[in-house]
Amino acid sequence: MEKTEQRLITEDGRRIDGRALDEMRPVRIEAGVLDRSDGSAYIEMGKTKIYAAVYGPKEAHPRHLAQPHKAILNCRYHMASFSVEGRKAPGMTRREIELSKVIREALESVVILEEFPRSAIDIFIEVIQADAGTRTAGLTAASLALADAGIPMLDLCAGIAVGKVEGKIVLDPSEEEDKKGEADMPVAMTPRLGSIVLLQLNGRLTSAEFREALNLAKKGIEVLYELQKKALSKKFESATPLGEE
Amino acid sequence: MYRIGAKPYPTKIMHDKLYELILRGERLDGRGPYQYRPLEIKTSIIEKTDGSAMVNLGGTKIIAGVKTALGQPYPDTPDQGNIVVNAELLPLASSFFEPGPPDEKAIELARVVDRCIRESKMLELDKLVYIPGRSVLVVYIDVYVLDYDGNYFDPSVLASVAALATSKIPLYEVKDGEVIMNPEIRSSLPIRRFPVSVTIGLLGDKILVDPTSLEESAIDTSIVLGWSDDDEMAAIQKNLQGLIQFGVMDEIINVSKEKAGELRTRLMEAVGRVGGTP
Repeated sequence: MEKTEQRLITEDGRRIDGRALDEMRPVRIEAGVLDRSDGSAYIEMGKTKIYAAVYGPKEAHPRHLAQPHKAILNCRYHMASFSVEGRKAPGMTRREIELSKVIREALESVVILEEFPRSAIDIFIEVIQADAGTRTAGLTAASLALADAGIPMLDLCAGIAVGKVEGKIVLDPSEEEDKKGEADMPVAMTPRLGSIVLLQLNGRLTSAEFREALNLAKKGIEVLYELQKKALSKKFESATPLGEE
Repeated sequence: MYRIGAKPYPTKIMHDKLYELILRGERLDGRGPYQYRPLEIKTSIIEKTDGSAMVNLGGTKIIAGVKTALGQPYPDTPDQGNIVVNAELLPLASSFFEPGPPDEKAIELARVVDRCIRESKMLELDKLVYIPGRSVLVVYIDVYVLDYDGNYFDPSVLASVAALATSKIPLYEVKDGEVIMNPEIRSSLPIRRFPVSVTIGLLGDKILVDPTSLEESAIDTSIVLGWSDDDEMAAIQKNLQGLIQFGVMDEIINVSKEKAGELRTRLMEAVGRVGGTP
């Protein structure tokens, strides 16, 4: 028997927070928000709030991890203990270890690591509030923080999740849609190269739904990409040459 | 001009060789681009488990064991049994693996196997509840990689699903608010679907299925697709650094769908569910 719960999508195709199916949550992206790091960024997507910071290139530690032909990239995706309902234990969970890996691999695809042999670049992503889409928003912020640190990259990359909710493919699911929905698919791309750098799926999609979801993600990513570029130029607009401040 | 993912020279030579071959539809071991290595699935190999399976895929050998126990449900799913998946990349399987607690690769493997099983809704978890909110069946699936020659995802999913499909669990009865186990009476787990995964390696815009470890060391990137049914995916994981050109996704979906069908047929044969519904 069907439970008579509140529907997540209304008759006229609106979502529970009033968004259209292909509408993302309000986004705020800023570059250069933390002073100590070599590069940093902040992102908000709805209630999801994340800082990212980059340190390096610097000497690789421990030494045996250093690569003779390129830099190594370290990435830590971590959720603050107060970022979720209830309290999360502050250590790294298996989920956080997996997400750190896929985010690092996404960034390794665009950072020109060959520029910095024998060195390391550290990326820290701290989710201070989680409301779905944290790995993709974290990656979007981390990519901007790398650019802010002046680390050469083929392109920025941006990510967004697509979900299936009550049979409909929706852009940027909220936490409620993610929990009650049938599928969640985080996607990240490098728009200039037209390539996918991160792709995961949790939940069930037909191949037709997958294609629809991937195309919808691409649209969202192009919007985020423009916002990233704006955030970068905004930071450097106010920059003055050394000695002239 | 930068080539991202530029590799040390021996790897680059291998990469270029593989690419040259795949342009002609060939591979180092003589397989075609879409051809799996020889597959062998054996079930019920460890008597002390509730279900077990060993899968050989070319030179990769995986054992999965299923143990069940009574436990408490998670607070957000009081009316469902639990699945717990762990994976170990044993140091005896490869010189690349080291002893110690599961590293990020082992955790990723366990979580991808978990997603294939959980998200496909393979098990009817609502039938594994004895006292809602208090007592449910916990199904532990432990995956051990014994010998590693590339692609541990697909044989791990096959071994786990084969072990689950052949598991015999004891009967649990509720008497006076207590759950009592009767180990004499055993029955199968309630199974709805048979998920399988297909691992695809990419060399530029060319794809190859079931990469060996030599191929894995030289390909541009790789992706695992879990299929829960004929035209339904349950899990995807891009699992190496590197770029996937947007336009190649269609071929990846089509090829993996077809291969998933073939693997599922072999799996159903191995667990004795040929031609029928589960």
